Amino acid sequence: MVILFALKFFTFARKPVFMHLLKLSLFNFRNYPEISLEFSSKFNCFAGNNGTGKTNLLEAIYYLSFCKSFSNPTDTQNIMFGQDMFMIQGQYKVNGQEDELYCGVKRQQRKVFKRNQKEYERLSDHIGLYPLVLISPGDAQLILGGSDERRRFIDGVISQYNHDYLHHLLNYNKALAQRNAMLKMFAERRKFDAASLEIYDELMIVHGQMIFEERKRFFDDFLPVFNKYYGVLSGGTERVNIEYQSTLIESDFAQQVLEARDKDLIAQYSTVGIHKDDLTFFIHDVPVKRYGSQGQQKSFLIALKLAQYTFTRDIKGFSPILLFDDIFDKLDENRVEQLMTLVSNDTFGQVFVTDTHLERLESLFKKIKAESRIFSVEAGDISKVSTQH
Amino acid sequence: MLQAAVEEFSRLPGIGKKTALRLVLHLLKQDQEVVARFSDSMLRLRQEVVYCRQCHNISDQDLCEICRSPRRDASLICVVEDLRDVIAIENTGQYHGMFHVLGGIISPMDGIGPSDLNIESLIERIAKHKENIKEVILALSTTMEGDTTNFFLFRKIKPYDVKVSVIARGIAIGDELEYADEVTLGRSIINRTPYENLIKK
Ligand SMILES: [Zn+2]
Repeated sequence: MVILFALKFFTFARKPVFMHLLKLSLFNFRNYPEISLEFSSKFNCFAGNNGTGKTNLLEAIYYLSFCKSFSNPTDTQNIMFGQDMFMIQGQYKVNGQEDELYCGVKRQQRKVFKRNQKEYERLSDHIGLYPLVLISPGDAQLILGGSDERRRFIDGVISQYNHDYLHHLLNYNKALAQRNAMLKMFAERRKFDAASLEIYDELMIVHGQMIFEERKRFFDDFLPVFNKYYGVLSGGTERVNIEYQSTLIESDFAQQVLEARDKDLIAQYSTVGIHKDDLTFFIHDVPVKRYGSQGQQKSFLIALKLAQYTFTRDIKGFSPILLFDDIFDKLDENRVEQLMTLVSNDTFGQVFVTDTHLERLESLFKKIKAESRIFSVEAGDISKVSTQH
Repeated sequence: MLQAAVEEFSRLPGIGKKTALRLVLHLLKQDQEVVARFSDSMLRLRQEVVYCRQCHNISDQDLCEICRSPRRDASLICVVEDLRDVIAIENTGQYHGMFHVLGGIISPMDGIGPSDLNIESLIERIAKHKENIKEVILALSTTMEGDTTNFFLFRKIKPYDVKVSVIARGIAIGDELEYADEVTLGRSIINRTPYENLIKK
């Protein structure tokens, strides 16, 4: 309910804030010794063969929003081979005002992150100020990977607008870890003590119930948004659904914890709770994981991420930067065109795209008549090919 | 020999190799008597200090100084994690009751279950003296483990009809009793809240 209200509030009552990246400068970042690029406020495309470093440009933009890389958690491994440090600089325009972001990483030194020449004390103060959504081949894990991937996805979206949620989640996870350790301790010492276990039962129940209710509420709001985007991508011919699965739907959580006790003692871990929640994705009532074509799976993922984008936009009050990394493969031309037409809309802000085919990009943007700038990427060297206004 | 001495010092918490070497070199420069006194006091500390039979505070006798003192209010028991908390609370000069040292807090992930702490002896103590005990004050850290331990103790004490309270929260940002300054700590011991009010929230 809260989010529905927020959606309406931001969509109708607030004048949107416009944010975009004007200029990006890299120094010894991955395969770029030194480079400086100026961008269009709408579409920017990097075309090049695999291994030329076009994704590295998206990595740099991602760094400026999240203070880290999306593919490599070790900062220093993003330094160009044989060099001591890398620098990323970005010039943004936010509601007419220019902001400058700087990220520098030196070997054996801590990362320096500055906004308008002022260094952050905590990086967490920065994350969220320049929102960004990335859609990449790695997202396939959302469908193909374990249930933890899907829980992480919903938790990520909910924590953006509900701070209590994160608090409940942290407490639940801690209580769960302690309870599991307690179950192991009982087994090792061959001694069971109900009173000790009950303190963790109670914590799990209190926090777990709150998390469950919030996830359920979230789905009621999320599903229609997702459906709308999938409809646009597929031309409205396919019926899709997401089912939220939780043991908490069936019966009272407290009762379940009590009933599972013997099973938990044997298994030496907690067998019921929201840490077992999952999502199942359907196309025409058939699970996408097993039966979806690669094209359908890709459309499903894109619709999921666009729905996430919409939530982020309505929470922040302005459009995040949108990155598409190599997602045109396995998508037919029609879907690609639908997708780009959709995000060319004003409610989506600046977009960055990587692809292997220069001609495909050129004809696509000519066709949809969107403001765009296309760059050709060849082994660490970038040239501007065309600009369309 | 030098190496062995450095090795021993660097085993101490918070002492790195560099500091250990500096301490050893310092001791080498001292008169033999000084070093003898130093090592003697370390040895006696370990040999002669015992734990109080009633409250598990350190002591040189069967009962510690606090438990023996006729000036202490035996109707109040303040439950703490370890010795450092006793020292911190004593330094405030605001508390005149007794103590009970648990020896830690419940955390199965660190291998500490309720039976590894001095909880049973606390319950026995309450059962035995329940007519004379007016209040049990829980002064554990404000971490989740501290909260869990509070909750566990509250349930164990409840059947004896003794008032249970916790010290006022939000002591310092660091939250641990050890780091709270004396004035705030003294104030939070005086302004304690009944445990039941806390769980109703
Ligand atoms: Zn004593």
